[in-house]
Amino acid sequence: MSELCDLGAHELARRLRQGEASAADVAESALRRVGELDERLHTFLRVTPDLARLEAARVDERLAAGGELPAVAGIPLALKDVLTTKGVRTTAGSKILEPYVPPYDCTPWSRLEAAGAVLVGKTNCDEFAMGSSNENSAYGPVRNPWNLDTVPGGSSGGSAAAVAAGEAVWALGTDTGGSVRQPASLCGVVGLKPTYGRVSRYGLIAFASSLDHVGTFTRDVRDAATLLSAIAGHDPMDATSLPDPPADFTEGMDAGVRGLRVGVVEDWLSMEGIQPGVAAAVRSTIDRMDALGASVETASLPHADYALSAYYLIAPAECSSNLARFDGVRYGLRVDGEAVDVAEMNARTRGAGFGDEVKRRIMLGTYSLSAGYYDAYYGQAQKVRTLVIRDYQAAFERFDVLVAPTSPTTAFRLGERTEDPLAMYLSDIFTIPSNLSGTPAISIPCGLAPDGLPVGFQVMGRLGDEATVLRAAYALEQDLGFAAQPPLLGDLVHR
Amino acid sequence: MPVDIDIEHVARLARLALTPEELERFRRQLGLILEHAEKVREVAAEDVPPTAQPIPRANVSRPDEVRPCLSHDEALSTAPDVEDGRFRVPRIVEQDEP
Repeated sequence: MSELCDLGAHELARRLRQGEASAADVAESALRRVGELDERLHTFLRVTPDLARLEAARVDERLAAGGELPAVAGIPLALKDVLTTKGVRTTAGSKILEPYVPPYDCTPWSRLEAAGAVLVGKTNCDEFAMGSSNENSAYGPVRNPWNLDTVPGGSSGGSAAAVAAGEAVWALGTDTGGSVRQPASLCGVVGLKPTYGRVSRYGLIAFASSLDHVGTFTRDVRDAATLLSAIAGHDPMDATSLPDPPADFTEGMDAGVRGLRVGVVEDWLSMEGIQPGVAAAVRSTIDRMDALGASVETASLPHADYALSAYYLIAPAECSSNLARFDGVRYGLRVDGEAVDVAEMNARTRGAGFGDEVKRRIMLGTYSLSAGYYDAYYGQAQKVRTLVIRDYQAAFERFDVLVAPTSPTTAFRLGERTEDPLAMYLSDIFTIPSNLSGTPAISIPCGLAPDGLPVGFQVMGRLGDEATVLRAAYALEQDLGFAAQPPLLGDLVHR
Repeated sequence: MPVDIDIEHVARLARLALTPEELERFRRQLGLILEHAEKVREVAAEDVPPTAQPIPRANVSRPDEVRPCLSHDEALSTAPDVEDGRFRVPRIVEQDEP
């Protein structure tokens, strides 16, 4: 029998309201799981048991008083450590922010906290969300619960692994080039990147502002819609926040896929370098869509090949600008040494505080924005972005959703790609286009490859049309009935 | 062909103090990454306008209202060095030798 922390949020919400479990029981279940596993998984940079117990007790009081509770109340949540939490240290996986205790909350967390969410802790991630394997965390890598020798993906690997292992029931991450969907795929959970601007980024430690999205990790599609509903909606503190009023994204989710026009991005499925087990699992899922009554045809995104190149100019350019704020003056680390002036202090602080990948991207971005090179690199990349957006617009005239693998491979081994940045970057080749276009996309687990590791199936939709993405994903999830759990969980001795 | 980069100049612009080993490694890696990234030039024609962000919005403003914000102490609470209610830094301007 599974523990409370292994259940979906909607089932826990039911039990809380029926009096079958208390929020304290649920919180203790998740905290116990963290205690059992986190030494091996290294999912959390900081666990917040006191806060979790306090928040759970408040929910139990509200339950006892008989009031209506928001859907997220009493559900254990993990937050990626790039999202600021007032009074709870927030490092973005970097040494340069090691001492940083934010004096304010990010908007997604302030909304969830007000609604009674229970914070289990802050999750490990690639430094400043830059990476695809979590090996760029300054505090050591996360292990994939499905196989401890493999990576959980990145950059939100800690959030993905926490949900897969039952250390949290759901989690928030961020997706700049695939950093929610790719780790969700590698850890066998549901990862949703909504439309650009759907979720406020106030209090998100910025990496690349035109590409950064806050997204969700959940056990199932219904929970993804529920969690998104709780954090979405206009925020005057974020100028890129969509003006749309709050919405219930679970509405219409169970309408099925009969008649839905589904475009298969065939070029990706037949790409050289795609793992045969991934292609096979994705193809058989596409067959299920057909069997469920969807109209399935081949789609093409002709400029997607160029998206990766454009991304690796645009994201570093924006990162070099955003990360200029880490100067050793207002927050974080300072390395003074014998610095003769403030510029030397800045350079020493940054040289000591940033890790390899962050330095590489700052250098790349600084170069591509520097005098004489701007038009040749950044300017050209922004034009490619236009072409990628046009590709999607053309495809969405014919189709309601596009489907493809989330990542070309299942979880790869730790250390396998750390020496070759370009090989690492390929892990995000199917996720990056949706960041350039800002369109919503979800990854759901669609089976296990012959290596025993989960495969992610990606559904991409029109700008602002999370509803259709969730509807297609929900129908598939119900049909596939993917219920496998990391083998590790079966080994836990339960009282 | 890998792109040739004046890596020390870039490190100065980026305010990054790097070791000789890091400089050499980044020079090599950036050259390869940029070689790959140059692919963008194959398709970016003259008549294609650039896109800066997926949902362009301009002049987004909110009402100019007085409301609570971080206190002076809260704003300074995260600083590595503070003096007299201000951020303290090494000297910024040159000083004449006595």
